[in-house]
Amino acid sequence: MTDLATSKKVPTAATSIRVRRGSRGSLAGGGALVVVVVLMAAVVPYNVSLGTLTNLVGLFALIILGTTWNLLAGYGGLVSIGQQGFIGAGGYACVYLANQFGLSPVLGVLLAGVVCAVLAYPTSFLLFRLVGGYFAIGTWVVAEVFKLVTTQFHALGGGSGLSLTAFQGVDQATRIGQVYWLALALAVAVVVATWLLMRSRWGLGLTALRDDPTAAAGLGVAVRRSQRIVYVVASAAAGLAGALIAVNALRVTPDSIYSVSYAAFMIFIVVIGGIGSIEGPILGAVIFYALQQWLQDNGVIYLIVLGVVAILAVLTAPRGLWGLLSGGGRVEFFPVGHRVRTSEREPGGVGPAEAAADGAPSR
Amino acid sequence: MEWVNAVVQGLFLGGSYALLACGLSLMFGVMKIVNLAHGALAVVAAYLALSLIEHTGMPAFATLLVVVPVFAVVGYAMQRGLLNRALKFGELSPLLVTFGLAVIIANGLQQLWSADSQAIKIGALSTASFQPGADLSVGLFPLLTLVVAVVVISAIQLFLARTRTGRAMRATRDDGDAARLMGIDDRHLYGVAAAIAVATVALAGVFLGMSTQFTPTYGDLVLIFAFEAVIIGGLGSLWGTLLGGLVLGIAQTVGAQLNPADGILAGHLVFLAILLLKPSGLFPKAVPA
Repeated sequence: MTDLATSKKVPTAATSIRVRRGSRGSLAGGGALVVVVVLMAAVVPYNVSLGTLTNLVGLFALIILGTTWNLLAGYGGLVSIGQQGFIGAGGYACVYLANQFGLSPVLGVLLAGVVCAVLAYPTSFLLFRLVGGYFAIGTWVVAEVFKLVTTQFHALGGGSGLSLTAFQGVDQATRIGQVYWLALALAVAVVVATWLLMRSRWGLGLTALRDDPTAAAGLGVAVRRSQRIVYVVASAAAGLAGALIAVNALRVTPDSIYSVSYAAFMIFIVVIGGIGSIEGPILGAVIFYALQQWLQDNGVIYLIVLGVVAILAVLTAPRGLWGLLSGGGRVEFFPVGHRVRTSEREPGGVGPAEAAADGAPSR
Repeated sequence: MEWVNAVVQGLFLGGSYALLACGLSLMFGVMKIVNLAHGALAVVAAYLALSLIEHTGMPAFATLLVVVPVFAVVGYAMQRGLLNRALKFGELSPLLVTFGLAVIIANGLQQLWSADSQAIKIGALSTASFQPGADLSVGLFPLLTLVVAVVVISAIQLFLARTRTGRAMRATRDDGDAARLMGIDDRHLYGVAAAIAVATVALAGVFLGMSTQFTPTYGDLVLIFAFEAVIIGGLGSLWGTLLGGLVLGIAQTVGAQLNPADGILAGHLVFLAILLLKPSGLFPKAVPA
């Protein structure tokens, strides 16, 4: 199956079949995204206020969280409402390591990802005894345990949290700039890594798993192992996001960094943007961020609005907004699937017909 | 002696967890739905009772006559309107829908009532107790909660075992396609199961509001405790859920006896230990539910 990676021609008597990845749309969309990233990196920081940059770090954290929650639920079939456990562990790990060992916060953020991967691996053996909805609540219990255990340690500030001291003496603009570029780089890295992952043979297995776990297992996909890898990777990324949130706020407290609200954010982002695609969670994160900024003066109204929209999306547009915009997966900015194009040679044949191999979701 | 007291208090605390958990257990047992809005619904019931008392001057226990039937209707409507639809998209969709509901409810309550904690006052009953032994004090209200939990679970068990609708529910659970071929309308049946489940959670929610202070986000803890009771007891068994609730209650009070701040953590750890050592629960399908 790896031979399909490049386009090739399989001529037959009546039709010629070509298998290809992506399209002109992908090239245009991908190109546009590259331009956006370049603008975000080179132009935006010099033209907006420091407050806006701090907010944008929040957006990048949401993109990381949405992208990897989608990896869990959209591909792995694992609905977690407990990723805040790793957001919190990552936030605490970063602040503690930076304070204690005088690490640069950048290194602290990366180490937070490693810490969370190490925590997630044994946790998965416990949680994978539960399936479906019970897995979901089980992840939440684990997150609560992480929170309660964190508050037990005086070195971690007990119930009142920790402040990041590593940036003391660093000029505010320099600090915010550093965090901003780090967050942008990590968001881009997570999205690109997810894309490359989904293009690989292993990603093909995950896509099969998404569409039908039983059939995927029958075809030799190591379902449990794939899910475990996805869980560890997504938890490491949640740790990165948590660390970014912590260095952005300069402070972690157990109640805010371990808040179940993050689970709600991730779910709304992915469900509204489009579950089971790479573009969906990015779109969802941008919509979520915009709505949050727009309605933030009205308390928690934005969460009620998002809850209603998410329920409507599940019931009427299971592929989310991206599913609607892309015509059920015909346009891909991040092409992962293979497409078969056949050119009918008989007169009256209806031009080139397209059939998606695995790009278009079948649910 | 204080340890005996902790165990006894835990037993009664467990009664309220069992009452909260039986609806969760029933919905999973009949339609394989894990209702993540379960805790939020319990808290809404408490707020509804509170506003009935404030606006009509109704006695606290009389509010049950309004709240429980209203929630039965809400449960039926929720199942027919949202969850039956969601079930068609696979097993993840009901989870996402009920999670969305939970967020809407918690934040809606916060808008309406603010984040301040509230309580339903029941006068002298809240502190009334008797002494069955030296140094041992049993509150009348916790005792009442435990009795109600046992009665509700027995009633649901009898309903599933003896009535025509209950049989149809068990048949649908065992083999939905075959049950449909026998002329069972599973959409309506699921609605009835949800109505019963949500009615019990309303009852549990009002009792909870009478026994402790609650806030709009209190449903999170309620859901977690109810879930732990279900898993400790063993999936698919209502009596197991009762036992699970009691084990969780005892774990929390004994944990709090060790260190007052660690009661809830002790409950979580007992849950995780059981998940590790006996993932099928303590009481797996001991009684056909």
